[in-house]
Amino acid sequence: MSTELLVETHGLVKEYGNFVAVDGVDLRLSEGEVYGFLGPNGSGKSTTILMMLGLTEPTEGTVRVCGHDPTRDPIAVKRQVGYLPENLGFYGDLTGRQNLQYTAELNNLERTAARARITDLLDTVELGGAADQPVAQYSRGMRQRLGLADVLLKEPRLVILDDPTLGLDPTGIEWLLSMIEELSSQRNIAVFLSSHQLHEVQRVCHRVGIMSHGRIVLEGTVSELTSQSRGAGFSTALEVRGGRGLRDALAAIEGVTSCEQTGSRLSVESDRDVRAAAAAVVIEHGGELVELRSENRTLEDIYLRYFQQD
Amino acid sequence: MRAIFWKEMADHFGRRRFLLLFGLVVMGTLWGVLVDTGRLVRGGDGFFFLDLFTTNTGIPISLLTFISLFGPVIGIALGFDSINSERTQGTLARVLSQPVYRDAVFNGKFLAGLLTLTIVVLSMGISVVGLGMFRVGIAPSGEEMVRLIGFGLVTIAYLAFWLALAMTASVLLRNAVTSALISMGLWIGLSFFVTLGAAVLADQLVPVVSNTEEALRHFNIVTWASRLSPGALYTEAVSILLDPIGGRVLTLLAIAPERLEGLLATPVSAGQSLQLVWPHIVALVAAAGALAGVSYTKFMREEIRA
Repeated sequence: MSTELLVETHGLVKEYGNFVAVDGVDLRLSEGEVYGFLGPNGSGKSTTILMMLGLTEPTEGTVRVCGHDPTRDPIAVKRQVGYLPENLGFYGDLTGRQNLQYTAELNNLERTAARARITDLLDTVELGGAADQPVAQYSRGMRQRLGLADVLLKEPRLVILDDPTLGLDPTGIEWLLSMIEELSSQRNIAVFLSSHQLHEVQRVCHRVGIMSHGRIVLEGTVSELTSQSRGAGFSTALEVRGGRGLRDALAAIEGVTSCEQTGSRLSVESDRDVRAAAAAVVIEHGGELVELRSENRTLEDIYLRYFQQD
Repeated sequence: MRAIFWKEMADHFGRRRFLLLFGLVVMGTLWGVLVDTGRLVRGGDGFFFLDLFTTNTGIPISLLTFISLFGPVIGIALGFDSINSERTQGTLARVLSQPVYRDAVFNGKFLAGLLTLTIVVLSMGISVVGLGMFRVGIAPSGEEMVRLIGFGLVTIAYLAFWLALAMTASVLLRNAVTSALISMGLWIGLSFFVTLGAAVLADQLVPVVSNTEEALRHFNIVTWASRLSPGALYTEAVSILLDPIGGRVLTLLAIAPERLEGLLATPVSAGQSLQLVWPHIVALVAAAGALAGVSYTKFMREEIRA
């Protein structure tokens, strides 16, 4: 696998009048990588994507997608990039197959080859049976799957999915995520996945970037971000009934840096995971352990913190 | 662009809207059936096939009036939702994320509309002439053919103007209903009120008409002001083409008003007439081009959000 950069942006800015939608975004995406582009609604994710496709012009900064500038040479970019927009639209009076045929024609694919490929793709996305029904009769999930087939038709190197899980049921989401994993691992297609559902997409992404107010506030692999957010130590919260001298006993556990007590609640700071030891100490000192909880900030907490700013 | 063009053609012919176009063709053809051909042949000026279009013998209004009034509906029906319906459907973002240029989308749609209305105009014209031949048993002369072809071209240019107008509305206005209403409003405004306004303006500027000079001034003001209306422009051009004798008056007015006296009822040649309507055709095409230019500048740099 070569490590060519498929997406590269520098200081990307988009202003609408006085409103700054995207405020200096630097992105990098290499071949076969799955990048989770996360952030609340209105944080500038879609606008960034539009700039990557040349569907809108950046106010400042540069974009290169597959080695081309999408503003100046949109066709070269669009030949290699599949884009699944947020509100995916199909011609309702045409069948799923006819919609894909139109896309094939727009991509100048050779007719007989395209026909075989369309049948293949329709099977891949499990729409083989509904292929010759008008799209107007499709459910939301079926449209989304047809959208994926539509995106894959041109054999892209990069697929940009804008909020693909929106409106899908849990099985639909599960199916989509396993498709994304397959694209990346088996077909070496890079996936740029925009979403506001962190826990849904977390597991398929090699790297994530979190957008807030037009800026990327956190970026890295999921494990990097989790350890980053954990900082130096662990914190554990306990709720205890009865027991004596618990505070000092807990403070004496190896690795514990501090221990505070407020009524029946104790909070323990440590440099390692002390949950098991703490539980044992409580029992030893005649206490009843009502609750024991790790208060480490997960990635989710960090993400929520940015969400709640809105 | 070819893919877009054929997709649009299939749309135009497959949709229920095509029934409207078809209905108009059928109604136009009715003229060929209903016109009192006997009276036309006997009392006519020798240009039977041209008279078929201009006369109202045996029917309330002439086919020409019918086309100039309702022809715009064809152009508007073909164009008013071409861009904005794709936008609302969400297909525009998907189409534009394929490797096609934006102008290909616009051009493909425009050309498909143009070809559709050309087919409508041709089939209407051919069926009227054909019915005329069938009922009277004579064929059009070469001179008539030239004039009829010219008439077809002007008609297509006229309808293309309305198509361009409707498509411009569909680029500028997000809502298909608003776009249809605005196009229809402009159609009514330009077809009726401009002509009305022209008469009022002439009456204001030349209140008293007592001699030929004043009559001529009055006439000139009405003519020039109503030329703002594409409908008036079209009617004028077509009357010159289809009425070689009456059109001669206009010809002379344009080139040598003093020779109006002693006018003989002899027709001008087809070449002369075509030369005279050339500016009208150019004006219609230029107006359509200007509208397309407006849509282009808007559409080409616009943000396409799904």
